[in-house]
Amino acid sequence: MSQVARIEAQQHHPIKLYLVVWGWLFVLSTCSYLVDYFGLVGYLRWGLILLFMVLKASLIVAVFMHMAWERLALLYAIIVPPTLVLVFVGIMVFESNYTLFSRLAFFVVGR
Amino acid sequence: MVDLPRTDPGAGISRPAGWEGIVADWSSDQRAFKNVSWGKAMMWIFLLSDTFIFSCFLLSYMTVRMSTVEPWPNPSEVFALNIGGRHIPLILIAIMTFILISSSGTMAMAVNFGYRRDRLRTAILMLATALLGATFVGMQAFEWSKLIAEGVRPWGNPWGAAQFGSSFFMITGFHGTHVSIGVIFLIIMARKAWRGDFDRERRGFFTSRKGNYEVVEITGLYWHFVDLVWVFIFALFYLW
Repeated sequence: MSQVARIEAQQHHPIKLYLVVWGWLFVLSTCSYLVDYFGLVGYLRWGLILLFMVLKASLIVAVFMHMAWERLALLYAIIVPPTLVLVFVGIMVFESNYTLFSRLAFFVVGR
Repeated sequence: MVDLPRTDPGAGISRPAGWEGIVADWSSDQRAFKNVSWGKAMMWIFLLSDTFIFSCFLLSYMTVRMSTVEPWPNPSEVFALNIGGRHIPLILIAIMTFILISSSGTMAMAVNFGYRRDRLRTAILMLATALLGATFVGMQAFEWSKLIAEGVRPWGNPWGAAQFGSSFFMITGFHGTHVSIGVIFLIIMARKAWRGDFDRERRGFFTSRKGNYEVVEITGLYWHFVDLVWVFIFALFYLW
């Protein structure tokens, strides 16, 4: 079997699958909009925003981008490196807190 | 071209499941991504690098927002619109989100019809995707003009921390550029599909490679990525 024919064979999904995922993305987007509409605050707001964000991103990558049917060697090569960004997030949280502390301690008081 | 001897690139190889299979794929002198064509693998690697670019933008936004002593403007109010006499918060961004998600839906179906060798439906769905993408960029242009008219600049705004403007223009500008490039590529690929390039394996004007319907999927990967980035921008910049 030629490579193209093989790819075509492994990518035959019913249209219904895409419509269902599309529907779920609409529902999840509406939910995240409602978080703002109802003015939720604090950890509840941030938790829900992150939850809906991760669910939407997973649906897009897994189904629309066909990652669920790709070889594991590709999946891990693409998915694992971005998670290391979280280390960068951690570093910058420390850095921002330090900058904020410096500004409050040395600049705001003198104004 | 000389056909170099190489290990079997595809489905014939039996591999253990899970991690052992991944190690087997990556070890020894061979192609790591066995049944994945180079075009698709390269698009994924490009998207990975683009992920890091947008990560850096969102990280710098997080850093300036966390470290500023000025109050951060409330995005819910900044992006509110008056529709029919009612004041609805963040409504413009919500509509843009739904438009971009719909364009992802039509793109996914275009890929599906491509693999069914239905060239007309593929082309029409790709054009629909491009149209929705262009609508998104149009609404973004409206949003930019509205904010600029209200006095938002990269170096200041009427409501608080100056960093709001610089983050906003940098992040949404870069994303809008990606959407615009995607629209151009979608139109080019839709024309190719319409003309039957992928059925007749007509060679491309730029790469001189034979056309096939996998190109639609690779274009789709880029388009879904643009939608994916918007998911993060929507959550972290507009809703946070």
